[in-house]
Amino acid sequence: MSSRDIILGRVRRALGDAAGRTPEPYEEYEAAVDRGYLREHGARTTEQTVDLLAENLADYRAIVHRTDGEELPLLLMRLLAESGAQNILVPPALPPWWLAAADPVRIHDRAASTPAQLDKADAVVTGCAVAIAETGTLVLDGSPDQGRRRITLIPDHHICVVRVPDQVVSSVPQALERLDPARPLTWISGPSATSDIELDRVEGVHGPRTLEVVLVTGAD
Amino acid sequence: MSGTFVGMPAFPKAAHQAVGNATLRANLRHATHTIRDKRAKAVAELDDWARLREAGKQIKDHTLRHLDHYLVRLEETVTAAGGTVHWAADADEANRIVTGLVKDTGEAEVVKVKSMATQEIGLNEALEAAGIRAYETDLAELIVQLGKDRPSHILVPAIHRNRGEIRDIFAREMGSWGRPAPEHLTDAPAELAEAARLHLREKFLRAKVGVSGANFMVAETGTLVVVESEGNGRMCLTLPETLISVVGIEKIVPTWRDLEVFLQTLPRSSTAERMNPYTSTWTGTTDGDGPQTFHLVLLDNGRTDTLADDVGRQALRCIRCSACLNVCPVYERAGGHAYGSVYPGPIGAILSPQLRGTASEIDASLPYASSLCGACYEVCPVAIDIPEVLVHLRERVVQGGEFTRHGAKVTLKPAQGHAAERAAMRAAGMVFARPGLLRAGQRLAARTRRVHPRTLPGPGRAWSATRDLPKVPGESFRDWWQRTRGGRDDGGQGQQHGKKTGSGA
Repeated sequence: MSSRDIILGRVRRALGDAAGRTPEPYEEYEAAVDRGYLREHGARTTEQTVDLLAENLADYRAIVHRTDGEELPLLLMRLLAESGAQNILVPPALPPWWLAAADPVRIHDRAASTPAQLDKADAVVTGCAVAIAETGTLVLDGSPDQGRRRITLIPDHHICVVRVPDQVVSSVPQALERLDPARPLTWISGPSATSDIELDRVEGVHGPRTLEVVLVTGAD
Repeated sequence: MSGTFVGMPAFPKAAHQAVGNATLRANLRHATHTIRDKRAKAVAELDDWARLREAGKQIKDHTLRHLDHYLVRLEETVTAAGGTVHWAADADEANRIVTGLVKDTGEAEVVKVKSMATQEIGLNEALEAAGIRAYETDLAELIVQLGKDRPSHILVPAIHRNRGEIRDIFAREMGSWGRPAPEHLTDAPAELAEAARLHLREKFLRAKVGVSGANFMVAETGTLVVVESEGNGRMCLTLPETLISVVGIEKIVPTWRDLEVFLQTLPRSSTAERMNPYTSTWTGTTDGDGPQTFHLVLLDNGRTDTLADDVGRQALRCIRCSACLNVCPVYERAGGHAYGSVYPGPIGAILSPQLRGTASEIDASLPYASSLCGACYEVCPVAIDIPEVLVHLRERVVQGGEFTRHGAKVTLKPAQGHAAERAAMRAAGMVFARPGLLRAGQRLAARTRRVHPRTLPGPGRAWSATRDLPKVPGESFRDWWQRTRGGRDDGGQGQQHGKKTGSGA
């Protein structure tokens, strides 16, 4: 008997048939869970939701900037110049005009690039899939303006551009509705941190230690 | 579960040693109190906390009731997404599978994401025996590994170490595992984090095999979820070519939507954050992004035995947040090591004796490692009634009876050490069932109260050595009630045995 059969047999014996089990649990799944919890916490205007996102991002030590489509290239140029970045990683389909004014050398992430090669990059600029206001979270889904998961992980400085208000939702339940589970997702809430020393949050372990978020209007 | 720490004494003995360690007590007190207040604040932000908690409980209960169905479904979806599913009935089998998979890659080292399941099965030791080096990459796990120590907390395994001790371990040990700690390392937490970053970087960049656990597995989509803070998880989940995840069978949720409950309750309960810094989700393999080979090892190791117990199975709802540890007065004083398991604290006291059985001295003593104050139940985000299970397991230890071990029904004999307790309970049961006998006994006790000893004789001596015996009142409640007709003839004044009258009369 395979271990698969052993385990499934044990589960079935443990539960017995008398427990009122139906052969098709999805039928009773809907009724089994009371979804009376909130879809979002509090009522806000779109503008207030974006403000809450900015506030919660900053609360977890992300650096937040706000701009419009016209000013975006200049802002990105300034942020990269101030950080002293020489090389930046860019996802395959970042809108080229975002970095039209930026000086650093672009490194493209090719399938054959090794992590050690990518480690040479000082910063990365990406878009995002969804941002969650209540938790101050950015979600990346590997779309062409965000790239492979590793490019937002290896460099020490991540600049993430969020198109507001379109990409902003209030809550975790709303974010999950928008996301495709088949894609590899990375949820980011502030820079890399740890609570492992005396249960106190310290920023800066393995992921980017500087997270800058640009909330941009009219960038489509 | 092979995780019994060898030669582990029973909880009272181990705890006795721990409470004598002033540094340990100070470290634990500082850390647990810090996180307690923060958690309360993070939870208070959500008006619907009680409903989220109830929904989390219902999702897990529903899943457990149909676990066979959801396991098969998960196997289908993970396989369809490009993963390979393995089944491990116990720790040894899981270790054999993982060791074999690593050997097949030809690699002699792996990087690891912090995982309770791999701790539970002793995977690092098994790999070591096969000549494979496993590098722990979570900061706290690294501290434990470098310090040749044992974990003492679910979330923060090195909670028993303060920053000074961590500095010393890094300065002393890092060199023999790879890049040494920077010279003149101080005990500033930011510097210690930086030292870990530098030390582990080269290991991440060259790693070909990653080993992880998972916080959730979604049956409907085949998606696995890892919740973390540092980015070491992301490194291990995305940079290697091969990823091996060892996950307990109870970690399933039916649908993608179910994550909306747990991704709200878990971070607030564990690190008291609105959201943890990083959460990774992946479904099988993705062309051109991350590991191109993915193995999922589904682990039983006592979980189906736990499932067979109607009362005890609620322990399988646990999402390993560790909120119950942080509020527990016993954990705060005794520390995690006294529990003799990778699962310490209140949840460990009900999980370890069920996963491992109650044959060893430590496991038989764990259900007693509690004052039954109920704080753990209060904070549990999936509403596990830990006190209820503790009492249930105490009954099992004392009375014996039928339970399931390795999938087979076995009958446990009553524990020998509890013979006096059992005799006392039997006598009490008999007296309480016969009102006349109870009355006679109470009157006798009241009349002889002057000559009552301060300590109990015989087997009761140990109990009364640290407790004051209750004073026997001069008149029993029943006699008082009959004499005064429930206080009405007592002029509303108090009565002779010091209890307040009235409210219930």
